[in-house]
Amino acid sequence: MNLRAVGTIYHFELARAWRTLLQSLVSPVISTSLYFVVFGAAIGSRIQEVEGVSYGAFIVPGLIMLMLLTQSVSNASFGIFFPKFTGTIYEVLSAPVSYLEIVLGYVGAAATKSLILGLIILVTASFFVPLRIDHPFWMLLFLALTALTFSLLGFIIGIWAEGFEKLQLVPLLIITPLTFLGGSFYSIDMLPPVWQTVTLFNPVVYLVSGFRWSFYGISDVSVGASLLMILVFLSLCLALVGWIFKTGYNIKP
Amino acid sequence: MSHDIADATATDTRPAARAHTLQATPSVIAVQGLTKRYASGFEALKRIDLDIQRGEIFALLGPNGAGKTTLISIICGLVNASDGQVRVNGHDIVTDYRAAREQIGLVPQELTSDAFATVWNTVSFSRGLFGKRADSAHIERVLRSLSLWDKRRNKMITLSGGMKRRVLIAKALAHEPQILFLDEPTAGVDVELRRDMWDVVRQLRDQGVTVILTTHYIEEAEEMADRIGVINDGEIVLVEEKAALMRQLGRKRLRLDLQTPLAAIPETLAHYPLSLADDGNVLVYTYAASANEYSTPASISALLNDIEAAGVHFKDLHTEQSSLEEIFVNLVRKDA
Ligand SMILES: Nc1ncnc2c1ncn2[C@@H]1O[C@H](COP(=O)(O)OP(=O)(O)OP(=O)(O)O)[C@@H](O)[C@H]1O
Ligand SMILES: [Mg+2]
Repeated sequence: MNLRAVGTIYHFELARAWRTLLQSLVSPVISTSLYFVVFGAAIGSRIQEVEGVSYGAFIVPGLIMLMLLTQSVSNASFGIFFPKFTGTIYEVLSAPVSYLEIVLGYVGAAATKSLILGLIILVTASFFVPLRIDHPFWMLLFLALTALTFSLLGFIIGIWAEGFEKLQLVPLLIITPLTFLGGSFYSIDMLPPVWQTVTLFNPVVYLVSGFRWSFYGISDVSVGASLLMILVFLSLCLALVGWIFKTGYNIKP
Repeated sequence: MSHDIADATATDTRPAARAHTLQATPSVIAVQGLTKRYASGFEALKRIDLDIQRGEIFALLGPNGAGKTTLISIICGLVNASDGQVRVNGHDIVTDYRAAREQIGLVPQELTSDAFATVWNTVSFSRGLFGKRADSAHIERVLRSLSLWDKRRNKMITLSGGMKRRVLIAKALAHEPQILFLDEPTAGVDVELRRDMWDVVRQLRDQGVTVILTTHYIEEAEEMADRIGVINDGEIVLVEEKAALMRQLGRKRLRLDLQTPLAAIPETLAHYPLSLADDGNVLVYTYAASANEYSTPASISALLNDIEAAGVHFKDLHTEQSSLEEIFVNLVRKDA
């Protein structure tokens, strides 16, 4: 294992985030704060409590998930798309590193970034609403697994994308709708029965539900189902990344 | 052109010595039956066989699209081969890629760089990527040898094209490779710096580094290379010691400036390979440069006697040896 190479990629990627600190951290924090102001304070005050939790506090886990998902995907996809686009990827491909090491470096850095971001948003949220975390260990586990899984997804998108349009297409057309319809802002039983069933096909529902459970002990689906879902999704992404490197898809002609 | 001949004699002894040691050690890069078909179906390499010897400077020449970059990219792991095998110091580039790649440094043809990274960081990054412990003394040496030391804190985006090219070389040298690939290293580099770069390459060779370079400046190959390979249309059409190449394929010309122009070559001289140039003012005799050592002096004096006898008088004479460039152009043209 060329751990030094993994570390080199990892640090270089994090350094890039440091250079673009404003864009990487500040803007998601600002936009989350806006959500709190609008949904938490302005609208939330007129919405009744959900299972004993004030609406403002209820949406915190969902909001963190929303940011975590979009940031993981965009960080990781950009992280690998950029060297592919500029051509600097030649260096990584010609280095004595395995595919696993490349993925660890890039995806690890992206996941770290979004994990830090998630925690920052959590802290930001605590300024707006009273928070309670019943299961801190599970909270961190869900956070880490989600960051990892969606960073992998981002990595795949970054390799698949041949231009900036495609790079933004997936987050815009798939990730954002799935998260908005994933129960970030509502409990599933607020929906009409038909939609409750449809919603169960949305993987994000499981993530949000499990994550919210780690805060307040309330969930739409069972915690086991949430964990299973995220592991299935993680395996899918891993398999896809494995296939990409095995075939050289879009990286090695 | 006199330096060519001096060069040729100087390199004459070395290949023999090198060939001797090589019998014991296998070639540093062994390419066998290498074929590349791109997804488009286009066959960029057609069953290439090539051996690079340890410690040599090997120049790969060929017209645009000949397959030079494709060949290098496969050896370095950027492109998958369709068929065939490459071994680097005995390590297969696919099954034993770590051992193979550890020894290789690559300077790509395209200028690519992370615009916002500093020179120092991007060069250090390369070293880390190859799994080597950070070594600022080495990085400093490399940057100084490429006249980049003053620029170490500059962001890549602030550098000129020639400077970027040198940073790419520094990156390739950051992990102290035993084999260096230079894909058109001096494209866009000014004359003075080009000479500096040649010096760097020679120093590397003296340290035992094997250098494979591609270039469109034939002068560069002529100046630097120990051996020359010519690739055309995905096929290696020639691999030869430079000196031998110059001897075998080089043609010499004897030009006689005549006192009075000739309308045609006199019949008594018809059996010589003669031609007229400059409206009959110059008589040109073409002969193989390699014949020089044995037969030519006799045939030249015979020719001069016969010219004298034919009543043709000249006021001056000089010889020219054809350059590698002509050799190259002839080779590629013939093949096309
Ligand atoms: N990714 C690719 N897909 C399809 N064809 C390609 C690809 N890359 C290169 N080729 C083709 O393969 C041939 C060889 O290209 P290559 O870049 O190896 O040439 P080269 O000898 O390096 O030329 P140059 O002197 O212009 O750099 C060219 O005809 C080129 O169009
Ligand atoms: Mg090329």
